[in-house]
Amino acid sequence: MPTQTKSKPILEVEELSISFAQYTSGLRQSSLKVIADLSVSVCPGEIVAVVGSSGSGKSLLAHAILGILPGNAAISGSIRFAGQKLTAEYQEAIRGREIALIPQSVNYLDPLMQVGKQVRNAAKIARGSSPDRAAARKIQREAFARYNLAPEVERLLPFQLSGGMARRVLVATALVSSARLVIADEPTPGLDDAAVRETLGCFRELADQGRGVLLITHDIETALEIADRIAVFYAGTTVEVAPVQDFSGGGEALRHPYTKALWRSLPKNDFAPIPGFQPHPNALPEGCLFQPRCPMATPECTAGRPEMRAVREGMVRCIHAS
Amino acid sequence: MGLVPFILKKLLRMAALLIALCILSFWLVSYSPLDPVQAYVGADMTRVSSEQSEMIAEYWGLNKPPLERFLHWGSAVLHGDLGTSMIFRRPVAEVIGERFMASLALMSTAWLLSGVLGFALGAVAGMKQGTWADRLIKWYCFTLASTPAFWLGLLLVMVFAVWLGWFPVGLGVPAGKLADDVTLANRIYHLILPALTLSILGVANVALHTRQKLVDVLASDYILFARARGEKGLQLFWRHGLRNVALPAVTIQFASISELIGGTVLAEQVFSYPGLGQATVQAGLRSDVPLLLGIVIFSALLVFVGNLAADIIYRVVDPRIRKGESA
Ligand code: SF4
Repeated sequence: MPTQTKSKPILEVEELSISFAQYTSGLRQSSLKVIADLSVSVCPGEIVAVVGSSGSGKSLLAHAILGILPGNAAISGSIRFAGQKLTAEYQEAIRGREIALIPQSVNYLDPLMQVGKQVRNAAKIARGSSPDRAAARKIQREAFARYNLAPEVERLLPFQLSGGMARRVLVATALVSSARLVIADEPTPGLDDAAVRETLGCFRELADQGRGVLLITHDIETALEIADRIAVFYAGTTVEVAPVQDFSGGGEALRHPYTKALWRSLPKNDFAPIPGFQPHPNALPEGCLFQPRCPMATPECTAGRPEMRAVREGMVRCIHAS
Repeated sequence: MGLVPFILKKLLRMAALLIALCILSFWLVSYSPLDPVQAYVGADMTRVSSEQSEMIAEYWGLNKPPLERFLHWGSAVLHGDLGTSMIFRRPVAEVIGERFMASLALMSTAWLLSGVLGFALGAVAGMKQGTWADRLIKWYCFTLASTPAFWLGLLLVMVFAVWLGWFPVGLGVPAGKLADDVTLANRIYHLILPALTLSILGVANVALHTRQKLVDVLASDYILFARARGEKGLQLFWRHGLRNVALPAVTIQFASISELIGGTVLAEQVFSYPGLGQATVQAGLRSDVPLLLGIVIFSALLVFVGNLAADIIYRVVDPRIRKGESA
């Protein structure tokens, strides 16, 4: 059920780069660029999935949007929320109110605090500083009921939750926040099929309430099932943003050679692995980042980094795409 | 494992440990180069004839072989009789009880003070990790961790008692005052310097531990998520930092009772404070075997109770263990 992008985007990330200061030998400082020129946008009511391989730094995108990167990270580019530039102060003001994070695992819950209380805290913060206990409790109970969490679950500690329950509690923290943008970071690993389906259903519901949902995942099949648009993340940047319908047949509608190869590598398609490996951030190739592995590469591809450009209903970073 | 079998197991281990400790101490004391008769008689030794010294040895059973003495002493202990102190000429249990009350005031003051202060310092250092405040606190702790108690005690006496004259140089009560006239204020006044010595030193352990734990907690995923939910500053520390850090701090503080006892022995010696520590030194120097062994048993029990309390608190207070058992 793809929503067309009629409304103005709630989140616009443009040319975002994140680098980390590192101390190499002795006191010599070098910086490692983990994300480079990443662009993606999310509209209200829409689920956009950023898909990339595990451990490629995708989570940093979420942390950058929320302004919770570690101190040695430097960012450039622009992030706009509801049309307004996200500065550190603005991020601090809207964190947990306008933007909610659904983290990866139960480890993100305080191990010594009952989960109901953690959800209530989220509800309180979202509603300004005056903590109305009764109201917060009501909101939390409704959210729990909504996600089929038994009333006694609110008194459990995180370690007592099953994987699926933990996931629903985490989603509940976003639901009670009434945030306009929900960022879900790797929400499905370690869950069985039923729990995955349930979680995805929760996301659809959040989107149908008019929120924008940014799903960050390594699991392209999950992403295809639920997202409206897919942003493909490769070697620290987005190489293509495509409507989910383009992922069909032999991938003819897709724009970037990497996306096509990724699509064909799925078990339900050719199951053909892409030769080679993604480059490490401190050993990036000349020109197009995909060029060493690209079957369509030409000499021009090494000349410079291709710009992100609009092709049909999507965006692509390839000079030969059409 | 439930709480009761857990405690039973601990008690059993304690008993085994105590027996081993008694044997070891007795064996060590029996090799002491000091002649207990001479230590008993003191400076008057020249006026004591060899027959008299024979009789003294006979009276205290000092001329019997060590094993026999040990068995004799051991069976008495099992009947609840710790024997009679040679230097105080009173039952050992009585001496320990009286001395312990004096030490208890000192130790508990120092224990509480160092616990609270150490936790606060550790919390500040952890929250302000990497700043000058953190570096200052760390420097303080590392310096203190390598400072001997008697040295610090002497320093405090020199500065506050001798130069500034704010506090008495030593003793537990004003010298020359009748026991009935001694007020609580007198006692507290005499307690401050030795308690301060012990607290200043005791801070390092808890502070460094709390700091490290807080640094770990602050780097944890759940703090990141709490920040993502808009929590910050003191609220963040109060809700998520404190709980997760306080538990290990309390445990550490209970487990540190053994070090406290060690420190007390030295501090009491420096301040001539009439507590258990001072009695220990006297008993050792004058070969008062019954008193020394009594104190050894007593302090071992004290350390054991401290460690047991730490274990029990951890199991009772930590909701993970508590709920894990009932679930
Ligand atoms: S720019 Fe060239 S190398 Fe890069 S993806 Fe396109 S065709 Fe391949």
